[in-house]
Amino acid sequence: MAATCWSLPDALCRFPALDNGTLREVRKTVDGGFRDLVRNYSDWIDAATAPLQVFLNTLERTFTSTPWLIVLIVLLVLVWASSRSMKIVGGTAIAMVLIGWMGLWEDTMVTLAMVSVCTILAVILGLPIGIIAARSDRMQRLVNPVLDVMQTLPSFVYLIPVVVIFGIGKVPGVIAVVIYAVPPMIRLTNLGIRMVDSEVLEAAEAFGSSPRQKLWNVQLPLALPALMTGVNQTIMMSLSMVVIASMVGVGGLGKNVLQAINNQFFTMGFLNGFALVAIAIVFDRASQAFGHRLQKHREVRHD
Amino acid sequence: MTDAATNTADLQANTDDDEFVPAGPGIEIKNLYKIFGPDPKKWIGAVKGGMGKEELNRKHGHVLGLTDISLSMPPGKITVIMGLSGSGKSTLIRHVNGLIDPTAGEIICDDADVCQMSVEELRNFRRARTAMVFQKFALLPHRTVLENTCYGLDIQGVPRATSEPVARRWIDRVGLKGFEDNYPSQLSGGMQQRVGLARALATDADILLMDEAFSALDPLIRLDMQAVLLELQEELQKTIVFITHDLDEALRLGDRIAILRDGRLEQVGSGQQIVQHPANDYVSAFVREVNRGRVLQAATVARPLPQDNLPDMQLPGKIVLEEAARRMIAAGASQALVVGARNKPRGVLNVSDVLTAMVQPTETNSSQPKGG
Repeated sequence: MAATCWSLPDALCRFPALDNGTLREVRKTVDGGFRDLVRNYSDWIDAATAPLQVFLNTLERTFTSTPWLIVLIVLLVLVWASSRSMKIVGGTAIAMVLIGWMGLWEDTMVTLAMVSVCTILAVILGLPIGIIAARSDRMQRLVNPVLDVMQTLPSFVYLIPVVVIFGIGKVPGVIAVVIYAVPPMIRLTNLGIRMVDSEVLEAAEAFGSSPRQKLWNVQLPLALPALMTGVNQTIMMSLSMVVIASMVGVGGLGKNVLQAINNQFFTMGFLNGFALVAIAIVFDRASQAFGHRLQKHREVRHD
Repeated sequence: MTDAATNTADLQANTDDDEFVPAGPGIEIKNLYKIFGPDPKKWIGAVKGGMGKEELNRKHGHVLGLTDISLSMPPGKITVIMGLSGSGKSTLIRHVNGLIDPTAGEIICDDADVCQMSVEELRNFRRARTAMVFQKFALLPHRTVLENTCYGLDIQGVPRATSEPVARRWIDRVGLKGFEDNYPSQLSGGMQQRVGLARALATDADILLMDEAFSALDPLIRLDMQAVLLELQEELQKTIVFITHDLDEALRLGDRIAILRDGRLEQVGSGQQIVQHPANDYVSAFVREVNRGRVLQAATVARPLPQDNLPDMQLPGKIVLEEAARRMIAAGASQALVVGARNKPRGVLNVSDVLTAMVQPTETNSSQPKGG
């Protein structure tokens, strides 16, 4: 290699990196320190995550142990309640029956429980953060780079500290999925509120609105299309992340996909993948239709 | 310029002697300055010392919005602030309810300075005392006409059970009965602005701020809305601040008109005074396009009462010259007695006076109202 070095001094040829010994020391110190820290606080961490753990287990058990017919009926009623569309309800029924017929009912239930919890958590976290970011430019400047990191850092990378801190299981899975799914909620909430017509906002101000009244009467309702897109994106990202989360011990369809990758089970991989797609479409259509129903003033135009 | 403004303000006081003036607060603007930019306070001294808009912008990167505005808006009357775009009229109206803070000056309403109010006081002032109508309506798209009309009362914390009947009454008054459950997007522009008006009236605030409220409407709809406003004002006697760029609109609505140019007041007075005695070239260039026969009133051009020989025919002082001419021609009279309120004789009108006043005075020069 040195022969191709245009007869330059060594320092200009090879990047003067830290030597391997030092790097090894740095790694060992950081990793070791981190591990010790986690070990010292492990009781505290376990105690803090216990409620979430219990909640997740209970929810999963409820989904899997309830007779399938009841789950199916409840699901269809929920889809009807949010969309009021027989087409979407029919599609949901067909998709769920096909999934069950392929023997994936239980895995699907596990995944559904997981995705529901993750979506709810992401919305509960993302909405207030988005509102705060929309209210102050300084906060937005603070939040944006964090979101950039969350969205571009490969999920495998932040799975490592999550596993070190929380171990293997559902809780680290939920945390990993929420980290992945919350940025669009925050971004779209922020954007939606910032895009609200400034004249309408001025009108709210002129009639003496308090900041809270402005938020509830004007900003959130007018930002609703963006908020619904945010919820929708969060659901989609949760669903795509449950496959990766299966590497840290989350069960369900994701685990099957992981097994299929490891063993090159072509059919199994695709069946489970399509089951995920089916759930995604059901969620997507139902939440979109719900969003449209909330904005019924947009559909009516004068003729 | 300011001299002319004060002179005509005095004139105004004389001509209104026999009119009913309701008790109320009125708004008093005193020596108001507004500079836009990163550090307005730094340049206020220089501006008060005479630094112009050009120099401030070119050398120091600050924009001079309003310069030394002093204007009293009488209670129960419509004060029209007229100016072209960029004259600072929208900035001025936003000072009245504190949407914009002045760099210097006072806005006195009921012995209180709006500029000195705390956030809480200002919020209560806006809720209880002022209502605003916007150029682009600014209705809430997700609320029905009824819910939009309730909006101001919602903010005051009035329960719907109380506010709904009030809102329904105002919707009826602005002529939108039957549209209560429609959304704004289902209505035409004129109808949307009726909702804007109903929303503003529903709070029962005594100060009504109208920011180019009719400028976005078609000409015929605009005339219609002006009539609606005048009819309502006859009964409600609110203190209205009306912004417009249209002198015809100003003359039709304004009990008092303030002409604004480049953030300065050019002239303040009644429409009659402004048309008859424009304070400077800028104002006279505007006035030249006005149909004088439909603006000037009989009382404005009437000669002083003679000692004897009062004509038999009587004309109300408030009618415009065109109407006066029509009635005199119909009656075949060459002279008429102009009477004020309660039939008090105020002057005598000749046909030739009518003609002279309706024809443009020739000595106007050629400066254009555009530019600047």
